[in-house]
Amino acid sequence: MSDKVLLDVKDLKVSFFTHAGEVKAVDGISYQIHENEVMGIVGESGSGKSVEAYSIMGLLQAPGKVIGGSVTFEGEDVLAYTDEERRQFRGQRTGMIFQNPMTCLNPVYTIGNQLMEALTCHDKSISKEEARKRAIEMLELVGINNADKRVDQYPHEFSGGMRQRAMIAMAMICRPKLLIADEPTTALDVTIQAQILDLMRDLQKKTGMAIIFITHNLGVVAEICDRVSVMYAGHILEQGKVDDIFYHPLHPYTKGLMRSMPNLDEKERTRLIPIEGTPVDLLDPPKGCSFGPRCEHCMKVCLTKQPPLMEIEEGHLSACWLHVKELKDAKSIKGAQVSAKFAKDTQAPEESAKSAKDAKASAKSAKDVQTSAKSVKEGKA
Amino acid sequence: MDLFVYTLKRIGTALLTLLLVAAITFFLMNAIPGSPFMTDKSTPEQIALANAKYGLDKPLVVQFVNYIKNLLHGDMGTSLKMQQDTAVAKILFGQGKFRRSIQLGVFALLTSIIVGIPLGCLCAYYRGKWIDSILRVVTTVGIAMPTFVIATLMLFTFGVNLKILPVQSGTLDSPISYVMPVITMALYPSCHIAKLTRTSMLDSISQDYIRTARAKGLKTKMILFKHALRNSLIPVITYLGPLTASIITGSLVVEQIYSIPGIGSYFVSSILNRDYPIIMGTTILLAALIVFMNLVVDIAYKIVDPRINLTKKGD
Repeated sequence: MSDKVLLDVKDLKVSFFTHAGEVKAVDGISYQIHENEVMGIVGESGSGKSVEAYSIMGLLQAPGKVIGGSVTFEGEDVLAYTDEERRQFRGQRTGMIFQNPMTCLNPVYTIGNQLMEALTCHDKSISKEEARKRAIEMLELVGINNADKRVDQYPHEFSGGMRQRAMIAMAMICRPKLLIADEPTTALDVTIQAQILDLMRDLQKKTGMAIIFITHNLGVVAEICDRVSVMYAGHILEQGKVDDIFYHPLHPYTKGLMRSMPNLDEKERTRLIPIEGTPVDLLDPPKGCSFGPRCEHCMKVCLTKQPPLMEIEEGHLSACWLHVKELKDAKSIKGAQVSAKFAKDTQAPEESAKSAKDAKASAKSAKDVQTSAKSVKEGKA
Repeated sequence: MDLFVYTLKRIGTALLTLLLVAAITFFLMNAIPGSPFMTDKSTPEQIALANAKYGLDKPLVVQFVNYIKNLLHGDMGTSLKMQQDTAVAKILFGQGKFRRSIQLGVFALLTSIIVGIPLGCLCAYYRGKWIDSILRVVTTVGIAMPTFVIATLMLFTFGVNLKILPVQSGTLDSPISYVMPVITMALYPSCHIAKLTRTSMLDSISQDYIRTARAKGLKTKMILFKHALRNSLIPVITYLGPLTASIITGSLVVEQIYSIPGIGSYFVSSILNRDYPIIMGTTILLAALIVFMNLVVDIAYKIVDPRINLTKKGD
């Protein structure tokens, strides 16, 4: 993974303006992707992970609209692109593969035709023979046998796994720097899933491209990603290195997701623990933390104010009032201990005991926990 | 190769279909009371004599077998009444009747495809915009208007009032004489094709492969006309088979109004006059045309959508 930032998403907001009202599908998410990095975006259906990817690619369809924030790719403002610039951006600098390979390829054109046009639409100078050669090379690269014959076949003559391989070949034929994979393994059976993941990992290593891997499958994330963002109701709730997320999840939602996953090491017939409640109605989202109404640790503030995404450990961010409270407690207790010590040193025993008690009480009753991430970090420091 | 075998098989079935059409027409036609030789002045003896002369006194089955035998030798018989003793083939082909009707039909068919498909694409592309709304109203009106109303309106406007087009198209000698009949015949099918294309295009546009095409960075024009259109053509092609039949056989009103001596009006007259060989000749000719067009449509399916397997048998 390089330090150079490839994609920088800042406070991205996407809404769907329906007859029933505004649906805030993505509500102010920020993240960065470095070159050669694989970032996983996980979340349940409707959490906004695909919408966010479509917004980056400019594939959002009406009534969806980007209403705020910025997307910067190699220093260029993607959202400000003209139609022609966006067309060049798609396919050439970024590639995208989708969930259902059975329907994502046009049934009436050969695989070769569809691969070649992905190349020729960006490079007019390339000859038909050259394009065909490249298409065959790409098919070989993604592990399709007899590529020179397969190139002339139609999608219905390919199996599901082969079609997804062809999709990957198509997305990568222009050697993009970023590949967005929108649930590429969801529609495939488990053995084919593993093959596709292996293939993507190999290709990523060979080409050095960055990947945004969107999925709701935590197992897949563990398999392929360097970093993970956990999305819920249009917000990023937790972000960090894959090991941090799996072994030290911080957010109650991530913890809930982990608990709801079956574990091979556990005893047989151990019950999975589901996350109680139902997903948020995005037409009428809660005022406070989007996960608040389902959270077992929900506090008063969770229902009224949105928690900031804070860096709790290095490179490990989480958006939960619990962290604010814990940090505030720690800060206040630390402050209280100092003042108690000072009081002890300077005041009468009765007075010093009272003063220490007051300090602890004030730390516990930290009602106003609306603190910016920065100030909390400073406090922690 | 598959397509070749399939075509051969289809030609075999087509011949059988034509034989069936000929048989049904022959026996139904003879079931109608009356005779081609029956006039106010003709006596039963004269009728019997004429019947004997043309072989109409023989049993129906024998007459039918004789007719088919002659047909296989290229002899469609001679007219009994309308142009007595003139060969049917000469009447249909030699006097330009069939040619005129076919020309009108083909022009109308081409016009409806050339106008209908782009209009449908336009509606789908500008879905919900004013251009779509206007075209939808126009196409609905086009479908709702009966042919004779359109024909009369056009005659009145362009022929009588504006005097820019000939009132009678006659034998269709000048290109301008085609304009009104072709527009009249093509209006309904072009509106229907536009509506079919619009619906089908909208369905195609929402498919996943269109999103893939956009993600590849293809131009909108390419996405619409390469990826969406070809997938939208199946319902249109399905409609083209029966449309050809209705355009060719349904040209009667248009031929009548614009005074074009085509096969349509002649066909109706032949039925009224009980001119059996002409009825048979025209029916077989039109049936052959329809069967042929259905074959063309089926092959066109295969060309447009490679997933269609024409030779595969049902389970």
